[in-house]
Formats: sequence, C-alpha cells, structure tokens
Amino acid sequence: MSESFRSSETKFLEKTIRISFKFNGKTFYGYKGDTLASALLSNGIHLVGRSFKYHRPRGIMTCGSEEPNAIVQIGGNGVFTEPNVRATEQELYEGLEATSQNCWPSVEFDIGGINNLISPVIPAGFYYKTFMWPKKFWYSLYEPAIRKSAGLGKSPTQPDPELYEHKYIHCDVLVVGGGISGVIAANISADNGNNTLLINDKSSLGGSTIYQDDQNYKINEKISSDWLNNEINNLKNKENLTILNRTSLAAYHSYNFLLARENISDHKSLNERSNQLRQRLWKIRAKKVILATGAIERPLIFNNNDRPGVMLASSVKKYIDHYGVRCGNKNVIFTNNDTSYETALSLNKKGLNVSVIDIRKNSSSKLVQSVKKNGIKIYWNHTVVDTKGYRKIKSIQIMQLSDDGSNVTGKKINLDCDCLSLSGGWTPMVHLFTQSGGKLKFRDEDQVFLPNTAMSDQISIGSCNGDFELDDVVNNTITSIKKFLDITSTSFDNLNIHCPKQKENRNIWLLPNDKPLGKTKPFLDFQNDSTAKDIKLAMREGFRSIEHVKRYTTTGMGTDQGKLANMHALGIISEAAGVKMGSLGTTTFRPPYTPLTFGTIVGRGVGTFFDITRKTPMHEWHVENKAEFENVGQWKRAWFYPKGNENMHQAVQRESKTARESAGILDASTLGKIDIKGTDASEFLNRVYTNAWSKLGIGKCRYGLMLNEDGMVYDDGVTTRLGENHYIMTTTTGGAANVLSKLEDYLQTEWPELDVWLTSVTDQYATASICGPNSKNILKKLFPSIEFNDENFPHMSFKNAKLDNVDCRIMRISFTGEHSYEINIDSKYGKSLWEKCMETGKEYNITPYGTETMHLLRAEKGFIIVGQDTDGTMTPIDLQMDWIVSKKKYDFIGKRSLYRSDTMREDRKQLVGLITDDPNEVLEEGAQIVRDVKKKPIEMLGHVTSSYFSPNLNKSIALAVVRNGKKLKGNKLYVPMKNKTINVTVSDYIFYDKENKRLNA
Amino acid sequence: MFIINCPFCGERDQSEFSAGGEAHIIRPKQPTELSDDEWADFLFMRKNIKGIQFERWYHAHGCRKWFNVVRDTSNDKIHAVYKMGEKPPIK
Repeated sequence: MSESFRSSETKFLEKTIRISFKFNGKTFYGYKGDTLASALLSNGIHLVGRSFKYHRPRGIMTCGSEEPNAIVQIGGNGVFTEPNVRATEQELYEGLEATSQNCWPSVEFDIGGINNLISPVIPAGFYYKTFMWPKKFWYSLYEPAIRKSAGLGKSPTQPDPELYEHKYIHCDVLVVGGGISGVIAANISADNGNNTLLINDKSSLGGSTIYQDDQNYKINEKISSDWLNNEINNLKNKENLTILNRTSLAAYHSYNFLLARENISDHKSLNERSNQLRQRLWKIRAKKVILATGAIERPLIFNNNDRPGVMLASSVKKYIDHYGVRCGNKNVIFTNNDTSYETALSLNKKGLNVSVIDIRKNSSSKLVQSVKKNGIKIYWNHTVVDTKGYRKIKSIQIMQLSDDGSNVTGKKINLDCDCLSLSGGWTPMVHLFTQSGGKLKFRDEDQVFLPNTAMSDQISIGSCNGDFELDDVVNNTITSIKKFLDITSTSFDNLNIHCPKQKENRNIWLLPNDKPLGKTKPFLDFQNDSTAKDIKLAMREGFRSIEHVKRYTTTGMGTDQGKLANMHALGIISEAAGVKMGSLGTTTFRPPYTPLTFGTIVGRGVGTFFDITRKTPMHEWHVENKAEFENVGQWKRAWFYPKGNENMHQAVQRESKTARESAGILDASTLGKIDIKGTDASEFLNRVYTNAWSKLGIGKCRYGLMLNEDGMVYDDGVTTRLGENHYIMTTTTGGAANVLSKLEDYLQTEWPELDVWLTSVTDQYATASICGPNSKNILKKLFPSIEFNDENFPHMSFKNAKLDNVDCRIMRISFTGEHSYEINIDSKYGKSLWEKCMETGKEYNITPYGTETMHLLRAEKGFIIVGQDTDGTMTPIDLQMDWIVSKKKYDFIGKRSLYRSDTMREDRKQLVGLITDDPNEVLEEGAQIVRDVKKKPIEMLGHVTSSYFSPNLNKSIALAVVRNGKKLKGNKLYVPMKNKTINVTVSDYIFYDKENKRLNA
Repeated sequence: MFIINCPFCGERDQSEFSAGGEAHIIRPKQPTELSDDEWADFLFMRKNIKGIQFERWYHAHGCRKWFNVVRDTSNDKIHAVYKMGEKPPIK
C-alpha cells in the first residue's frame, strides 16, 4: 500500500530508511523517525481502536503521551506482546506488529458496537445500580461477564523475558522537558557549573518550537526553530550535562526524589535489540528541579466529538510540519483561540484545503490577519452541533451561537470535512508539580491551574507555568532561572524576540446544541466513554466533590488519566453547581505520569534476585544430601532429608524416632546470636527478660522469655554467661534483627546509664545441635579432653573447647527434651564441623533432621515456638509459663502490663494440649475449636497452633490456644472441618517425658 | 522519600532508617505505682498531629543509633534532628 497522505518533505524523517510494519495483519510502510501514529496516518488510517464502553470507532487524536484513543497491542501473540501502547509515542521499527484493542471480530466491524445503540440505558453508575440483585446472579452471571469485558488489550501469558534495570543518579539540577524552555534552562544551568541532567520524553530535543517554521516567530532575527536548533547543538559540548532522550518522568516524590523511565530498545527492530536492556528506571535525587513539562491542548466538547478524524489542532500541525503527513484533504479547524490559526497556516502553506470555525466573535491577532490574507474562510461565532461519518468523519453541521454563548440560533450549515482539528485552549502539565506536594492556583483569564507554592527546591517554567507566548516563555524562563540558580547574567540576556501576541480565548466548557443534552453525545473522557451527560447525571444524583464525580462516572480513570478533558469535567461541574472553578480543586495527580510496565518497576529483582537468600555454612552439605528446604524469613533451612522414595511424613517419622532412640543432628546456625558485653550486662538481662539473671554463674545457660511492654511474649531463647561481663544471647531465627533493634532502643533511649554493648554475631557462628541418648558418646569422641559427666558438664552449662585446634563453644542445652549439645564454631569451619559430627556419629546412626522434625520433637515436649504458638496476644501466664516470670524483680519490660485487668482475666485464651479421639487423626493447624456445633452462631473458643503425628507416642498430638483452656482440661471439644467434625479432649500440653528424665539419660 | 540528616552519619536516604513513633515519652521509673489508666496512657496513647511533630528514628541500616527528628507531618519537612537525651532545638 502506498503512503498517499505523505504530502511534503521534512528534515525530521530519514527518507532513505523505509520501514515495513504490520497493523491488524496488513503490511504498511513508513520511514525512520515516524511514530506508529504518523505512519498510520500517512497511509490514510485513522480508525485504530474501539472505545471501552460503547465500542465506538476511535481514531488518533493527538501526537503525544496524552493520547486517549490510539492505544494498541504491540508485538503479536508472543512473550514480547504489550497492551495499551500509545501509537503516538511508539517509534516505528522494522517488523513492528500492532493490533487494535477492545474490538471483536475486527476494528472495522465490532460486535460490541451494540453497546452504542443501547447507550441510553447504560448511563453513569449503571454497574453500581444494576448488578446489585439478585445476589446469586453475581457469581454465575454478572461477575464472569464483567470480568470478560473488563480491561483493555491482552496481557502476556508468559514471564517477561526482557531485561530491565534500576540506576541511581545524583545531580545538582534536573531539568524535566526538552522543549525550548528546558533547553535554555539546561544551557544556563550547565554553564554555571552545575552538574545537570536533562530529561526528554521524545527521541530528540526541541519540543514544538523545533518544527515552528514560521516567519511570525523570530529570535535574534532567526526563525525560532533555527535559533533553537543552534542552542541544542551548543548543549552537546557541555561536560557537566547529561541528556536522556526517550526518558519519561514517572514520579516526583518529596525531597526531590524522582523516578524516570528510559526506553533503551523499544524503538529498535527485534534483531537489533537482542540481549539488550529494554528499559531503565532512573532513581534521581536532585538538589534542584526545573520543570518544563509543557502544556496539552484542550479539545472542545460538543455532540459526537469523538469520531476518527477529529484531532487536536496542534497535533495536526505536528503531523504536517514534523512528519510531512496530512491528516485530511478537507480540513476544518474548530477553535476558541488564536494558536490553532498556526495550524491553518501550516496546512494552507502545503496547499491543503482548510476553513476555520471560531466560537469567538472576532480576533485581531496577527495570526488571524495572516489567515484572512490567505483567503481562508472563517466562521465567527459559530459552533459545531453534530458530526457525521461512522468509521471516519465525513461532514459536520455548524450553527451560529447566541450572544451569550448559551444557545444556538439560525440555520444549520453542512460542511464536508475529513479532518476536524479542535483547539479549546491549553492546559499546563502540572502533574509532576502536584505529585511533589505543590499547591495550585487558578488563573481566571484563561481558566488554567498553575503552580503556586512548591514543597521542595524547584521551579516550573515555560507553558507548564502558564506562559503561552514565545517571548513570555523565553524571557520568563531566563528571569526565573537566574533567580533560582542565583545567577546575575546569562548568554541569553537581551534576546530580541518577535511573535504575534494572542488575544483572549472564549471559554465554553460544554458547547450548546439544538438538541437536548440527552439526545447528544458530547464526550469528555474518550477512553472511558464518559460524556457531559454523565457528569450532569452524577450531579443530579447528589455528587458534588470532583473526586466522587470522577469515580462515579469514571472520567479520567483510563490509562491516560484524563489528561485531555479533566478540566472540562471540572468546568461543567462548576457551572452546574454555580461555584467558581478555582474553588473546586482538582482530582489528585498520582504517579506514574504515563503507565509503567511491571518489568521496569521490579528491574533486576526477579527470580532468585527477588529477595536476598541467606544460607548457613552447612548449606552445601544439605543440598548434596538431598534435603528439602523451607524458607524461614530470608533463610533457607533444611526441612527434612528424604531417603530413597520417602515422602515428608515418612522422613519426619524416621528422623524423629532416631533422634530419640540414638542420635540426631540439626543445623541451628540460623538462630539469632547477640554478643552482650559490659559491666551492666547482668542488670540489662534482668530488665529485658522476665526471669532473674544476677545469680547465673559463669559457664551456665538459662532460658529467657522476652515480652513487649504490653506484656505479650515477643521472643525467647537461651543466653549463656561466658564471663563476668560477657553473655551470648540466642533469639528466634525470624526475630533476630527486631530483637537487636528493640534492645538497642532500650539501651540508647531508656537506660543510657547502663554500660552494655550489643553486637550481632548470627553470621559469625555456625551451630550444630546433636541430641539423643548417644549424643554424649559422640561428643566424647569429638572432644576427648572434656569430661562429659553430669557433674563436670551438667545440663544448662557451657564449655570452651577445641576441635582440630579451632575454638568451639559447647552448650549443653536442649530443645527436644533429649540429652543434647550445641556446638558453635567460626562460620568458616561450619561445614567441616558438620561433616566431622556425621563421620564421628556414624556408629550411632547419627541422623540429620530438619525443621519439621525439630518442630515435632519440641511439640512432644510442649515447648512453644514464638510466632507459631503465640501471635502477639499471649502473655507468659496464658502460655502456662508462670514459672519463668519473676515475682521478686521490681521491673522488667512488660511486667506492669501483666497486672492490667485485661491480662489478669481468667478466661483469656490459654495454651493447652489436644488429644484426638481417633489417635490417627492429625488436626489441621489453624483449625477452629468449638464447644457446641449446633448452637448458632457457633462460639469460637480458639484454634490449633501446632499439630503432628508423634511416632514416639504413636498418636496424634496438638497444641492449641483455647479460651479458659486451663480449666477445660479433660473436657471434650470439637474441631469442625469442611466434611466432618473431629472430637478432641483437652490435655496437658506436655505429652512426652513430663519428668525430664531424658535430659540426663 | 526523605533525606534524613543522621546526627552521626550525615545525610542519608530514608530507606536506611526506620521510624519509631512519637518522641519524648519517658518510660515510667516505677511502673508498679501507676494505675491501669496511667500505664495505658504511657503504653498506648500517642498524638496524631497535623503539623510539627517530634518523633524517633532509627538508623537501622547504618550506625544503628536512635535519634530524634522534628518533622512537619503536613509537608514532611524535617526542621531539625538531635541526639537522644538532648533538648529539642525547636519548641
């Protein structure tokens, strides 16, 4: 197919590089430098998609990030497919494949178009009002149907194979926007010794001035585009300036922290981009920020203003001047201001047929004079009342406006038209300014919100600050930057600027029609299909806040976030409510400015890089010996070690039995270890644990329970006194970091008088725990110089030792109830220690066991696991651990809370054991416990916290928290499950070796 | 994302710190002498100010020191930082 709409030469395209691409399966051609939108338009294609709700045919409206309609699926069906790409921003590359979204079977003929015919019965709030009843229809009918029609485009079904990365950058000055004011700002900033970063979302610098090839606009006697081009060339030689093109500012947070997405390879053909980064997320910290984000042209709101071929006037100008593409042969410009007359002149210069409809009564601007001089027909004081043409606009009907603009009069005039350019004035892009916490002010003359007070060190310049004339833009930019950067003179002082001064706009937010509003379709949000009617309906139904109207009508809630017409929604609300527009405020501008793909947000943090993996020094051994692993926080812990074809249950039963009958070994390196030194170390432990520590002898160990100040159990572990003023504390695996910061908190803020020093040594020591009746024999062989009898080395004591001349600490402590030792060694010898233990223990069938067996063994003994049997609502008394709470100590963390009326209640949930009637029935952890299954509502007494089949007792055991549990011992309770109810009896929570005989076995 | 001027390390990114709630709440020296209400007041009751707030921060991924910050909660501006035990430089 030929590009019949490419009408003129342009220096912005590389005409020697012809590019083929596919749109909806058909092959077309464009040139290097084209966007998908300009290439489609050059082939005469306007219809690119269907609207979200009514499935109306929609065409390309704009040439930038504000595009509401021309959003397409890029990249076919493969893993590289991406929905909702704006054709106006997608650069053309060889082999690009794009398809229309939200239409079936095709964009030309779309079944969903029936919604347009029934539109009178699906107004705003239709979903909220309709899908409320009957209730059972929701799951069977409504939800599946809504789900099917929800969303635009197709998500890829495979993981994203492309590469993304994050990069930090610090700069003195960040300039956002590569238009004329951004270029001037970057020049001045860099020239004055500032490390400057310039970010521009287009492929090259220059904004809209760079194609302003018009004698009316001159700087220092040069046409403005030539002058700017020269300044852009000057930027290239500056060492302290970094320019990032194709980079879009996504978010502006407080303290000048900004996120920007750089497109690295989206504009390259698939062959060129192999193994390259796709996008980079820049994390920018700037001392000062200069926003030069420009302005977006407003459409006009009238009946059927959404047909393909209806575009923004400034975009039509860019397509002809920048891309050499004409959007129509019979052009009509519909305007309320002077800037769109530039479009008329550009089209006229290319010999194209153009006429103008202006809702103003006249204008004396030089631009208008030039248009008149060229013989272009202007219909003053007229408005468009209707448009015709289904897949592309064919004609329009216009009528004269009444004097006050509230109505139309006279006869309808029909005009042929295949491209209608709209211009309703300009909206400064204040999104980033408000994201950073800035407050806006309203300027009545041209009805714009402008930056007022900023929260961080920043300024807004150019049209995003409300300057729309070339001379104002340049002069005010220079003045503001001098003040902002504290500079007295610049190379831009005393520029001689010529431009046609513009006259006032005539602002009518919703243009009048000869038909009642109910019979018309004046679209506001083109992507979400909300009309002025919907806004008025919302107001009739009592909505007043702009935030509520937005959500009720979905105005501004599309992927374009209503960049085009949110202002019109505000205008219509303010008129209807009779309040000043400035007092209404705006909806909240939230990041990102344009959609970001998830790949960019996560960067390299995918797969194994998603989170840090902590491995113990023995990890390799566990891997070699086929352990299954469990994630405990960031740690990988050996879970169980299946032999042959064993499943988890079989492996755990074998490991548990061997540990009690002969010997078991556990990798306990993940337990938190805090080294405590200082003359007040004992006093410190007295204050942080519930029990007394002053009398603990050197070389002895003690179990401690740590509470929160609210009296609830926080952590537990064994602490060993290594010397007079030296302890080593162990914490739970998951609690290590939090315990350390909690202890630091008390030391630094409440008890600074204590001489205590804390050091985390979790990673410095590897720990092997050997338990079972043969543990002593194994230790004897490992450490022949130590006497392993109960007098010399009793339970709860510690010895320094050497293994092959390497220092070790041996603690005789037990979490299984068996005779047991923990050997701690410098981490780098962890694996050797483990291997040595395995080798030495071979004759006793030493069996490595994982966390699951550890949990089972300690449950048999009724030892709690903080975080499993407790949940931040259990006091030591609830856990029946009264024995560990000192009555004598004056104070410890959480003591006072144990005497609050609520914590003293007798009917609190308390830790108990449960025995199932059927000894083979293992309860589900988390299952609810009740007394009476018939009485509704069923009273929940508590839940199962730990549950196992005990091979040593040959029956099912469980720990549970049950309301008033202490008093319920011996009572029958019930655990209702989905298909049955399990009968249980409340028991003691120690199931095995109640007399602790095995500790010394 | 704030920049916090740690009194021990200097300006660092907020991600290195964790917030510790309202500052200058002194743990009672004799908790057992307090009524339930008085203890609950210490334990649970915190101000929720729009405006200047005195709060504690912890340089968790840095020097592990706790310190105080004066922050305006309405705009996140940090007006001062000072060490534990020092008097606030701003009223």
